Amino acid sequence: MGKISIHEWFSKKQKEKQQQNSSSEKLNIPDNLWIKCVSCKTALYAKELKENLNVCPKCGYHFKLSALERINLLIDGGSFKELSPTLKATDFLGFFDSKPYAKRIEDAILKSSLNEAIVIGEGLIENIKTSLGVMEFSFMGGSMGSGVGEKFTRMIEHSIENKIPAVVVTASGGARMQEGIMSLMQMAKVSAALGRLRETGLPYIVVLTDPTTGGTTASFAMLGDIQIAEPEALIGFAGPRVIEQTIRQKLPKKFQRSEFLLEHGMIDLICERKNLKGTLSKILKFFVE
Amino acid sequence: MKQNFDEIKNLLPFESHLKDLFKKIEELKKLSEKEEVNLEEEIRMVRKRIDAMRQDIFSKLTPLQVVQVARFIMRPTTLDYISLIFEDFIELHGDRNFSDDAAIVAGIAKLDGRSVVVIGHQKGHTTKELIARNFGMANPEGYRKALRIMRMAVRANKPIISLIDTSGAYPGLGAEERGQAEAIAKNLREMAVFTVPFISIITGEGGSGGALGIAMGNRVLMMEYSIYSVISPEGCASILFRDATRAPEAAKASKITAKDLLEFRVIDEIIKEPVGGAHNNYKEAAANVKAAILKHLNEISNFSSRELVADRYNKYRNMGIFVE
Ligand SMILES: [Zn+2]
Repeated sequence: MGKISIHEWFSKKQKEKQQQNSSSEKLNIPDNLWIKCVSCKTALYAKELKENLNVCPKCGYHFKLSALERINLLIDGGSFKELSPTLKATDFLGFFDSKPYAKRIEDAILKSSLNEAIVIGEGLIENIKTSLGVMEFSFMGGSMGSGVGEKFTRMIEHSIENKIPAVVVTASGGARMQEGIMSLMQMAKVSAALGRLRETGLPYIVVLTDPTTGGTTASFAMLGDIQIAEPEALIGFAGPRVIEQTIRQKLPKKFQRSEFLLEHGMIDLICERKNLKGTLSKILKFFVE
Repeated sequence: MKQNFDEIKNLLPFESHLKDLFKKIEELKKLSEKEEVNLEEEIRMVRKRIDAMRQDIFSKLTPLQVVQVARFIMRPTTLDYISLIFEDFIELHGDRNFSDDAAIVAGIAKLDGRSVVVIGHQKGHTTKELIARNFGMANPEGYRKALRIMRMAVRANKPIISLIDTSGAYPGLGAEERGQAEAIAKNLREMAVFTVPFISIITGEGGSGGALGIAMGNRVLMMEYSIYSVISPEGCASILFRDATRAPEAAKASKITAKDLLEFRVIDEIIKEPVGGAHNNYKEAAANVKAAILKHLNEISNFSSRELVADRYNKYRNMGIFVE
């Protein structure tokens, strides 16, 4: 794929989204809408929230970012080059729950304007050339099936080929069950790619965002040389409900949140969104300079 | 020789109609003792009938029935297989960080005269054993013990054999505190680059990441009536179908049997089980497992370290079905 500027790319995606939205009767959230903060319940002016990187100005609650917004936040303007943009999942099991998987894929593509639950590519983070993967939670809960596994692996291979660091921003409910065993095998595949990357000595940085659980956590999301988390993100292996049912007791407050993981030695640092790019670039500099 | 267990009590739900035939054998045995007549031939005939019926039943198992066999409490465990397949097993304990997890056993042993490391999930045949082993559901320290001992195998340049039988990694509070996800993830990354031959066998339940956490062999084999899945049929039914009673459907849809996984090339071979499943003849089951291990080990044991890593990398690198 030819190199286009992030602005061109962004506006192309936005245009696609608008077209799709008009056909699927969904409306863009108007800028003058009020949004209630999930955490402090304050009514927030949507435009103001957006300008504040989707972080509540009152309590600091970090709302989700789309993959495109995240790329915009982290990558130097105009430097992002997407890789494998057309790679898509396919319903090879003919899996049918409340609707066919094939339909789920189609709906997710329309809803997110992306072809899979991860966007991969290469770009500059404060002038440091980096491979980047950003997960999109609105695409089937950021679940990892063959498509996500393949794209993540290609992103790591891109790092190895070009001798550049790799950064991933996670947001995922875990394995994509509609792909059966093949989704489990993605855990092996992506981890094997990271095993290779590690032998080259190139750094791999993970940014954990809300939520990151299941097979994603038990593979590439926990293998960073440095593990960064956004505040209060849910990060765990098993879901809280499963654990509660298993141990038959109430879980402690803040269980499986970033702060809990920091306390238990599972992550290196918690970083507020406004400082994320700066922190990432300092860490990358440590490795590449 | 069969292991000592009550065949009538240990009939699986879907073969309960064989009960009368087993009773008949008992009657014949009693009669032969009482009247001092030789009824061996008659008994053999009934056995033959049972075997034929079983063969028929087992050739038509539904995926959920396979799940029942795979989870059966009398199914041979890792320690059963170890005692029947290997010699001079010395169990090694502990992760050197936190504790020794009884849900995973590991050690050094001889396999036909060759030194190997063997690891596996351990369940049990009684409630007491199962509780002591946490039902084969490992905590992070179990995965870390496995990694420690597998790494030792790599340093000693000895093959690794892993036996998989778990419903999954333990979803507990402590497990989360101590990094269940990190422990499994690290195992996956490290197993990928092991420079020694590595064979994994799914003997019973291959439950998701908890199974995969010690199962990244160059060759992955599955017992005929074992299962390997990303989520249990019950879990799949309750999450995706929002109805736990739809497990039979979920089991079918998720493709979790050995035959399915061979079709997807996720596994390399199916290991035959004795008539009526492995629990009916531990020795035969173990002999089949041993033959399969030796066959695959021989195929890859002349690979160089580099070739072993490449072979394993390519195996997993190529897994996935997508369009572009
Ligand atoms: Zn707030």
